[in-house]
Amino acid sequence: MLRQFARYSRTHLNQTNYLISNQTRTKYGETLIDHYKNPRNVGSLDKGDKNVGSAIVGAPACGDVMKFQVQFDDNGRVVDAKFKTFGCGSAIASSSVATEWVKGKTAEECLSITNNDIAQHLALPPVKKHCSLLAESAIRESVSNYKAKQAPHMMKAEN
Amino acid sequence: MMKRLITPLTRVTLRSLYSTAQVQSKVVQFTEPRAPEVYKNSESSTKAIYFDLGATTPVDPRVLDRMLPLYTDMYGNPHSRTHEYGWNSEAQVEEARRHVADLIGCTSKEIVFTSGATESNNTAIKGVARFYKKKKNHIITTQTEHKCVLDSCRHLEDEGFTITYLPVKQNGLIDLDLLEQEITDKTLLVSVMAVNNEIGVLQPLKDIGQLCRKRGVLFHTDAAQAVGKIPVNVDDMCIDLLSISGHKLYGPKGIGALYVRKNKPRVRLAPIINGGGQEGGRRSGTVPSPLVVGLGEACRVAKQDLERDAKYVKELSKYMIEGFRSRLDHVILNGDEEQRYPGIVNISFAYVEGESLLMALNTVALSSGSACTSASLEPSYVLRALGVSEDLAHTSLRFGIGRFTTKKEVDYVLDKCSFEVERLREMSPLYEMVKEGIDLSEVKWEHH
Repeated sequence: MLRQFARYSRTHLNQTNYLISNQTRTKYGETLIDHYKNPRNVGSLDKGDKNVGSAIVGAPACGDVMKFQVQFDDNGRVVDAKFKTFGCGSAIASSSVATEWVKGKTAEECLSITNNDIAQHLALPPVKKHCSLLAESAIRESVSNYKAKQAPHMMKAEN
Repeated sequence: MMKRLITPLTRVTLRSLYSTAQVQSKVVQFTEPRAPEVYKNSESSTKAIYFDLGATTPVDPRVLDRMLPLYTDMYGNPHSRTHEYGWNSEAQVEEARRHVADLIGCTSKEIVFTSGATESNNTAIKGVARFYKKKKNHIITTQTEHKCVLDSCRHLEDEGFTITYLPVKQNGLIDLDLLEQEITDKTLLVSVMAVNNEIGVLQPLKDIGQLCRKRGVLFHTDAAQAVGKIPVNVDDMCIDLLSISGHKLYGPKGIGALYVRKNKPRVRLAPIINGGGQEGGRRSGTVPSPLVVGLGEACRVAKQDLERDAKYVKELSKYMIEGFRSRLDHVILNGDEEQRYPGIVNISFAYVEGESLLMALNTVALSSGSACTSASLEPSYVLRALGVSEDLAHTSLRFGIGRFTTKKEVDYVLDKCSFEVERLREMSPLYEMVKEGIDLSEVKWEHH
């Protein structure tokens, strides 16, 4: 039994300690790493659909580009959201969190999501705050794109 | 049975340490180098595979064995003239100096020990400039130099020097005609690094040296990444000043050397560290004998193994680059393909950002030219000087291959990296746009 314990401690205990220290060594919190490793809602929605608001924010020169799409249902609530990001781990995590949070909200409620909420949820280090800013602007741009698509329809209805 | 519970993980390397009792001053012959067996199989091991050899190298076990007696036994100050501790220490330091000199083809008297290549570069540039200030005040360097060279030059501008920062061609090499045009009769020094630490490009040292000798200009080269890996001969290449870094050639950290030519022409310099006048008045301070002996042994071993290492690294590097090219598309090698040191491979994986790829490759130790990994948000200045567009500069990764890299590790990196790049490309809007046929340079991006 002692021999088995020796073998277990040699392989498993050391391994877990190192794995924990590997995670903390990158100085990123667990939520962030989780969103990075298992990003939610990666993909695309149909750009042409009038209930889908799309936006591409950022620039490759800055090293951060986010494509954000939200799909509203006929009641004006978000039913699906998808994202694609070219950027560092913080940017990917920020946009992944953003797609999770917009689901089930109306357009006005989406606009109330701020970059500080995202940054706090992920425990972003100060140097990565701009990633959450980009995620917030991605939400806003896609919502206003959806509203712009809806506006001509509303005017036609009024007429 | 209870004793078996505690098993030291590094038994392999510790054994070699305990076996060296009294090392005489004559050279001890060691066997073939053992690769550091700190990790066996990458997935189940606890430590990342080390592929960041451009940043620093592990200490060769032969070097460590040679250094230890100087900490335990022969710990005298090499400048103490009155007892055997000092005499023994001095003998060790002089032997190490001979090894360093042999590696680059000069005499012992021309080697000055410093705290590293940064100090050697500072001494070479500022020391030489301040000595010859009254006669000549123009210095030429390149835009891809190490930060210590660029920063020293910037400080000299405040002291009244004119500095020319030569641009490089797209493959990273300097234009010799441009260099010839820039040399005036006020030019004192040309400083061009031998092997670039970020992209691995090898500059034409012999041509630059001959040009400088012809025009009466001193030639300094920061050979931190080159010494011990490619054959360097200061007479052949007409080099007047050369910087060496200990921890880039499997030696200890905190030690370096500066070669200062003694004749034809004799190079004088004003010391930047003043004190008791050690190292021929060029660098004061107690010479750190254990570190110096480590550097000497690293140089001796490098000279002995140079051909074998060079061939091994070249094959492995070619295997790795071809491996990437066959598994992925949109893979760009930064820097010239032929004129390079094969051990430093800087690759851009387009449409995938460097820091996110590094996070994905958490079992491999690497560095990137991306902005997100540096303290500022600017991408690497070396890649910018090559004319690499900003979005590609964010996507580059630097791999280092050296004496202890095994083919198994390279295979693992190839597989894992290809897998992660494909996964991240699925998540990348830029890749999606490229697949749809959109030309990214035509897109108007909105800046936030």
